[in-house]
Amino acid sequence: MERRNALIAVLSSVLVIGGLAALVLTSPGWPTVRETFFSWSEFENAFPEVLDGFWLDIKVFMVVEAAVLVIALAIALIRVNASPGLFPVRLLATVWVDVFRGVPTVLLVYLVGFGVPALELEGLPTSPVVLGGIALTLSYSGYVSEVYRAGINSVHRGQTDAALSVGLTQGQTMRHVVLPQAIRRVAPPLLNDFVALQKDVALISIIGPQEAFRVAQIFQGENFNYTPIIAAAMLYLVITIPLARIVDRMGGAGGVR
Amino acid sequence: MRRATLAIVSVLALGLVLLAGCGGKKSSSSSSGGEGEGTTATASDCTPSKMQTHNAGELTIATDKPAYPPYFEDDEPANGEGFESAVAYAIGKQLGYPKSKIKWTVEPFDSSYAPGPKNFDFDVNEISITPTREKAVDFSVPYYSANQAVVALEGSDAAKAKSLADLKDTRIGVQINTTSLSAVDEEIDPSSKPEVFNGSGDVVTALKNGQVEAVVVDLPTALYLTAAQVENATIVGQFGKAEGEEWGALLAKGSSLTGCVSGAIEALEESGELEKITQRWMSQAAEAPQLH
Repeated sequence: MERRNALIAVLSSVLVIGGLAALVLTSPGWPTVRETFFSWSEFENAFPEVLDGFWLDIKVFMVVEAAVLVIALAIALIRVNASPGLFPVRLLATVWVDVFRGVPTVLLVYLVGFGVPALELEGLPTSPVVLGGIALTLSYSGYVSEVYRAGINSVHRGQTDAALSVGLTQGQTMRHVVLPQAIRRVAPPLLNDFVALQKDVALISIIGPQEAFRVAQIFQGENFNYTPIIAAAMLYLVITIPLARIVDRMGGAGGVR
Repeated sequence: MRRATLAIVSVLALGLVLLAGCGGKKSSSSSSGGEGEGTTATASDCTPSKMQTHNAGELTIATDKPAYPPYFEDDEPANGEGFESAVAYAIGKQLGYPKSKIKWTVEPFDSSYAPGPKNFDFDVNEISITPTREKAVDFSVPYYSANQAVVALEGSDAAKAKSLADLKDTRIGVQINTTSLSAVDEEIDPSSKPEVFNGSGDVVTALKNGQVEAVVVDLPTALYLTAAQVENATIVGQFGKAEGEEWGALLAKGSSLTGCVSGAIEALEESGELEKITQRWMSQAAEAPQLH
């Protein structure tokens, strides 16, 4: 039975994928598409520099992700805290999330990238990489704080009550009882945002830095050939597909538990 | 899980086959239609009744939006004002199309050379002719030869540069898809990578904001920038003439109209009409000092 199922899977895969491939490969425009999107010589020509640009993406991603994890947690903790004295801070945190999560990331990158230097204040960064990183941090801390908050709220109220009743303080309860469970639960959606951020780093290209997408665009415009974009896309896949598998596996493990 | 792995493996294998296919054969597909430059169709084939245009009896000309001076005025190609608008109407007139039969359409630079059917007969968008680009599209004979210029804010270090070597440590901004970037990389080779912006508007803002210390643009753009867009900006100088700085009309690869458009441009050159248009719209272009 097992073997028969595998056979059916193989056959249907060959049929579906082969059919799609045949459709593309026999289309009238395919020779042109092959030349303009899958040219090996263009690929070889652009790849080293696109890879070079991709390192910049990776570096920005690492720094932004670290900042997002910390800032988002702070925002989430502020928003779940019910003490009346913290109301103004809570209001600000809510506005932060509403605004930065509500504005398209590409607009945020553009506004921060061109708006902050226009202030002409001493000490503010003018480096487009730093400005782009700030914009991404603002945007993603909005998303990620909501993920954290959902996790925190998913921990049953009884846990908090129990922790308080054995003498833990509010802070200790959050730190040792609620957060460990909350973060474990939201690890898959956190990784999901991780993948999204990794791709969105390409958005900083609009304010000037020569990261992978920008480098690919430069080659594309120079030679009227889209292959460099494919090269950049492949680099992203090299990172995002393994990440996606990790998310799958974590989801699976959670289900078993 | 095993089935998923299988699916992934087959997709990857397919991708490899495709790539391998590209590596193996060298474009046996490049069509040999209109040979573009050089060949000019005989004038009798180039009449509105015989030319197979996008819309029969009409000439559809494309450019990007916004369209900037001095190439277009008021972002309105159809007013006949500005260098490229004037050239386009002159080409149309040469081919027998009255102004009423010439229609404009918006074509972003990035899609102008995409494979597939085009929405225009020809595109005028300050596009430099290069041999690699000619693999993807047809170009007419050139109608302008441009030069690159450096612009900086008055009083800045970059503005004091007397040679290209003086600009080595300058933070430079350029617009993407222009030949300005290769000019900067090849002629200046700055110590920090140039910032590459989406549009000429962003280049101007970056210069104003101090995000970059100097920008490199086409000379006519530089003239407009210093005269109208940034008050305290000055042209530091222009580069020496380089190759690939001639602008041509862009047409679909193998277009039957390439010869006609080229023929019209050559006729305009002979009659002195092209010179007159260039003088009118780009006249100050020769006066900037040259950098070595």
